[in-house]
Amino acid sequence: MPAPITLAACNLTRFHGKRCVVNDVSLELRRGEVLGLLGHNGAGKSTTLQMLAGSLTPGSGQVEVCNFDLAKNPEQAKACLGFLPEQPPLYRDMRVDDFLLFAARLHRVAPAKLADYLQLAKQRCGLLDCGQQLIGRLSKGYQQRVGIAQALIHQPAVVILDEPTVGLDPTQIRDIRNLIRELGNSSSVILSTHLMNEVENICDRAIILQEGKVIFSGSINELRRHSDVESSFIRLTALRPDGSPAQ
Amino acid sequence: MIRTLFKKEFRSLFAAPSTWWMLALLQFIFSWFFLARMDDYLQVQAQLTQMGNAPGATISIAAPLTGVLALVLMMLIPLFTMRLIAEERRNQTWILLSTAPISATHIVLGKYLGLLALLSLVIAACTLMVCTLALGTHLDFGLILSNLLGVWLLTASYAALGLYFSALTRQPIVAAFGALAVSFGLWMLDTGSGAMRALSPNAHFENMSSGLISTANLAYFALFIAVFLSLSIRLIRHERGGK
Repeated sequence: MPAPITLAACNLTRFHGKRCVVNDVSLELRRGEVLGLLGHNGAGKSTTLQMLAGSLTPGSGQVEVCNFDLAKNPEQAKACLGFLPEQPPLYRDMRVDDFLLFAARLHRVAPAKLADYLQLAKQRCGLLDCGQQLIGRLSKGYQQRVGIAQALIHQPAVVILDEPTVGLDPTQIRDIRNLIRELGNSSSVILSTHLMNEVENICDRAIILQEGKVIFSGSINELRRHSDVESSFIRLTALRPDGSPAQ
Repeated sequence: MIRTLFKKEFRSLFAAPSTWWMLALLQFIFSWFFLARMDDYLQVQAQLTQMGNAPGATISIAAPLTGVLALVLMMLIPLFTMRLIAEERRNQTWILLSTAPISATHIVLGKYLGLLALLSLVIAACTLMVCTLALGTHLDFGLILSNLLGVWLLTASYAALGLYFSALTRQPIVAAFGALAVSFGLWMLDTGSGAMRALSPNAHFENMSSGLISTANLAYFALFIAVFLSLSIRLIRHERGGK
């Protein structure tokens, strides 16, 4: 029996002014799956992720998280979600511990579990030594880690990460990839990235977006069938969704 | 949920150096007026004693001082409220709240009450200063309480107005100027007459400042606060696309 579906998006569309940024995107994510969202700059990856996380309202279409409709039952649906946006939402004047506890309380973690959840999140993201530091004083890599920690401190069923490894050094990238792999065992992860080897190493499936449309959706093995993932990506995105050559 | 946001807001207001600067400035201005007012009173005190039914220290010193406090707060509150939502939008931390499982009502009330707690402390500090007069004279505590309630309600009203402007924009400075302009406009209405004057929060405050607490004034402030808070809640709810 396949694992239960934790995140389902159906015909998501979003316009910015007259320009269609996301055009009829549908996707499904099952428990224990890691899905990579690929595409050039401006392909609509971040907009799609923001709509999935509930920070941006879709023009049309619907999102279900753990069987809760994001528009009709936003509070139940959002409680199952953890989101790291492109720019981590950090209060620079707060200490790491205080900020993570605040994020946990916002996501309704029971007071008795707060300390354990905090410890686990810090351990997972390598933040054990900097609990008392001000976020504004941390380096970019550490700030990114705090951003990831706030997305998973409440142990959500679905974790949405927008370019999680940007600004990290190679060791940190490796650690974060291991973490995502580990998260993929218990919950579902959807992440956007430009790095093809990242997709190859950690994702089970991939979706490629171009000009807001899904031009490929399938397993990593399918992408690998003819050549390596990078060549497949370049071949697939060489044409526009309507068949004309892309710039 | 409201408590979580309330605590965070209250703490982060105190974490900002600008808050301490503003508090210091406010105390300085207030104590300056306090001393100036007391000096004036002491100079005319000898003549006052010859009058029948002479005005006491409370009505000559304390009541005008709350008027000054109300005016200074009117100008300073937009500087506090601008941070509440507009700055979160600019710093991109708003997304943390908008993707959290909390309702727009909780966000608005949590933030509003956090700020109101800070402003209440400011008013309490100024009241303590006025109460030092009790060391040398008899004070009319009924009048002081009515003044206190008036200035607190006025503060709560301007804070609600400022919060709404903060929710309208992502530029804190625009939020501050917008709120200040409208507060100033409402203050100017006080110089008008009839219906115009009835719209001004300051006109309702003046009644309380002279010791008169009427249901009409209390209802006006309650309505003013409720209108701007619900407008903010509606705005945020609409933006998040919820019910």
